[in-house]
Amino acid sequence: MWATPGKLRAKGIIGMNRRNIRYIGRYNDRSLYPLVDDKLKTKLLAKRHGITTPDLIGTITNQFSVKHVAEMVSGQPGFVVKPAKGSGGKGILVVEHQDAEGYIKPSGHRLHREDLERHVSNILSGLYSLGGSPDVALVESLIAFDDSLSEYTYEGVPDIRVIVFKGYPVMAMMRLSTAASDGKANLHQGAVGVGLDIATGTAVRGVQFDRPRVDHPDTGHDLVSLKVPDWEVLLKLAASCYEMTGLGYLGTDMVLDRRHGPMLLELNARPGLAIQMANGEGLRSRLDLIERQSENGDVDARVAFARHHFARRGELQEAMAS
Amino acid sequence: MSRVPFYLLVGVLLLTGIAVTIYRHVAFEVPWAPGEQRQVWEVEAQVNFIADGGPAKVSLALPSNQQGFRVLTENTASSGFGLSFLDDEEGRRAQWATRDAKGSQQLYYSVQLLVAPEAAPPDIEPPSPAPDISWERPYDTAAEGAISRAYRQSADAFTFARELVRAFSGDRQDENARLLLTQFDRPSLLVRLLNQADIAAREINGLMLEDGRRRQTLTTWIQVFNEEGDWVIINPTNGEQGRPDNLLLWGAGDQAVLEVQGGSDSQVTFSMLQHNEPASVAVRNQLADDTLLNFSIHSLPLEEQSLFKTILLIPIGALVVVLLRVLVGIKTSGTFMPVLIALAFIQTSLFTGLVGFLLVVAVGLVIRSYLSYLNLLLVARVSAVIITVIAIISLFSVVAYRMGLNAGLTITFFPMIILSWTIERMSILWEEEGSKEVLIQGGGSLLTAILAYLAMNNPWIRHITFNFLGVQLILMAFILLLGNYTGYRLLELRRFKPITED
Repeated sequence: MWATPGKLRAKGIIGMNRRNIRYIGRYNDRSLYPLVDDKLKTKLLAKRHGITTPDLIGTITNQFSVKHVAEMVSGQPGFVVKPAKGSGGKGILVVEHQDAEGYIKPSGHRLHREDLERHVSNILSGLYSLGGSPDVALVESLIAFDDSLSEYTYEGVPDIRVIVFKGYPVMAMMRLSTAASDGKANLHQGAVGVGLDIATGTAVRGVQFDRPRVDHPDTGHDLVSLKVPDWEVLLKLAASCYEMTGLGYLGTDMVLDRRHGPMLLELNARPGLAIQMANGEGLRSRLDLIERQSENGDVDARVAFARHHFARRGELQEAMAS
Repeated sequence: MSRVPFYLLVGVLLLTGIAVTIYRHVAFEVPWAPGEQRQVWEVEAQVNFIADGGPAKVSLALPSNQQGFRVLTENTASSGFGLSFLDDEEGRRAQWATRDAKGSQQLYYSVQLLVAPEAAPPDIEPPSPAPDISWERPYDTAAEGAISRAYRQSADAFTFARELVRAFSGDRQDENARLLLTQFDRPSLLVRLLNQADIAAREINGLMLEDGRRRQTLTTWIQVFNEEGDWVIINPTNGEQGRPDNLLLWGAGDQAVLEVQGGSDSQVTFSMLQHNEPASVAVRNQLADDTLLNFSIHSLPLEEQSLFKTILLIPIGALVVVLLRVLVGIKTSGTFMPVLIALAFIQTSLFTGLVGFLLVVAVGLVIRSYLSYLNLLLVARVSAVIITVIAIISLFSVVAYRMGLNAGLTITFFPMIILSWTIERMSILWEEEGSKEVLIQGGGSLLTAILAYLAMNNPWIRHITFNFLGVQLILMAFILLLGNYTGYRLLELRRFKPITED
């Protein structure tokens, strides 16, 4: 039931208090938070730094323009409506395709034009934003996620979280939505977390509800064969977010698009600690190693450093081998 | 980034807090525990005189803080007389005056005295040396005889005084003593002899405190000074040195205890009563004698004091919240909402408070779930919830009162705005995260509130926070230290347990 603090320390696990004081408090300047808390700002900033993000179809900033949303999305095969200041995936509406009668969600549920307009109106009035402050709605084109990953997910888009510390990618995991998580990629709601080897992008460990897992609960597919394509590109994308935002302790969420490759979805200045569970390893030793580096180097050098030092053979492969 | 200034600040806060706290305990005898009893004497002086029918003025010496006793409160009763308190080097006096008094008059003065064995004796100036003392024959030779005999058998001022008094008491009286006593009153004779031997001394008045005695009079004692300015009290009848524990000095110096102008047959009698009071009451009654070091809430008017009694408890509640969140990792809905709920529990008592809180929140959640269908703007929605909460509270109060449950009325002590926000937050949580998260956060909030209540309602903690302001600094230091804690939370030991199992 309970672990001793000594055991956790031996594993290098970082607790909330340490994360808040030693990393977020020390390396994340509060004045930079708006850059990541507002998805529109993040997107514009990424564009300036040449970082790929899902295509922006348009923004809706006032109730008067709500009527134009149907016009805006006409001709798009699929699209996503999201609040700029939402958190935890709240208020995100995914439309897979549309026809003359309306819009169809991934679950097959059909929406009418009024439903879409009401959703946008709710976003603008701050229903999904922190503290209920007025917000802006973003309309993005739908990500066509890589076919190689479709066996590992149920309904939702699998995303990849990389913790970037002082510009170095230190730990990564993939979050696979499940029936239990209702298509959402939140681990505490029942999504499967898969720890990824920083060197190769292959799976090292899988967890659901904090318990080890070797296959996807809905598709039944083995997690051991999971390997993220374009891994190096993805790591460089994540690492370059350090220069882009100036935040020292950063959670980057990325998706893989069939045509455009890795894309930045959003950034998080207070990334959670569940990634340690998915990797079966604490962040401490990796963060300590980075803190000891005096020189930072460019993105390529940092990614090479991380791939060299944080390489790991996963327990899934070991389980297969034996 | 150096942490030295931080630890310096914590150290200074801690040391200052402890020093101020200990100072208040030592210097003002504020006890550590609220249950301690302190002995308190209630002494009443009754002044009687026959007024001549014109203006009358009465001046009565009063006791002041002294070795063994501390003055708590004073009261007077004197119809038709104006009263003023005088305080000069000679001591404190009460002065009554009236334009027109006739016949028998009674004036009352009563004082409450705290028995304080540690109270230091005040510094007293020795009386100025008496002018040359001359005796008539044959008393001069008798006096010289007594002095020279006592001088031979003593070493310093105090032993001399003791020997001298002994020579005039009991069986050891010789002819000289007997001769002198026929002519002089014993205490004034002794003082006169001491002064003649160049020893500063004077008569003082004291009251022997005995529980339940009435119509007592003051007794006369001799105060003897040595060259260093130290003094002792000597019993003029038997020569015993030292102050009996139950001797209360009344007035100071040589002034008469009672002076009456415009009256005759004046006398003052005393009655006294001893009782025990909780120490906290005794402390409260201490006359505010505020300096910067004795910075105390007791100098405020009573109404503000009771307000501060609550305010000073809030840091305790905050400490509980910090402990539970930083060390345990309990999730609460709204960081300090549990403290405010705990404050309400103090007014309502725990059980009534819990029942009331659960009723209001449960009914509020049901109504709030209807409001969410109406699709309102946030501020309007929360305002609607506030009105709902007020309606629920009014309804419960009336129903409880009709049913004869007076405890139900205390529900009004709940902070309504805070309750409304709690309902709003819980409702959003329910929609977004499901009922499980509501139970976790709601349960966490209630648990925190109950623990904060138990801490804030503890008589010992209440006593300490109210009487020792230095404790606030110590709390501050602890909270700063906790804000610097980077270790694991208790619940994280369970959360991360699976990692350690491989």
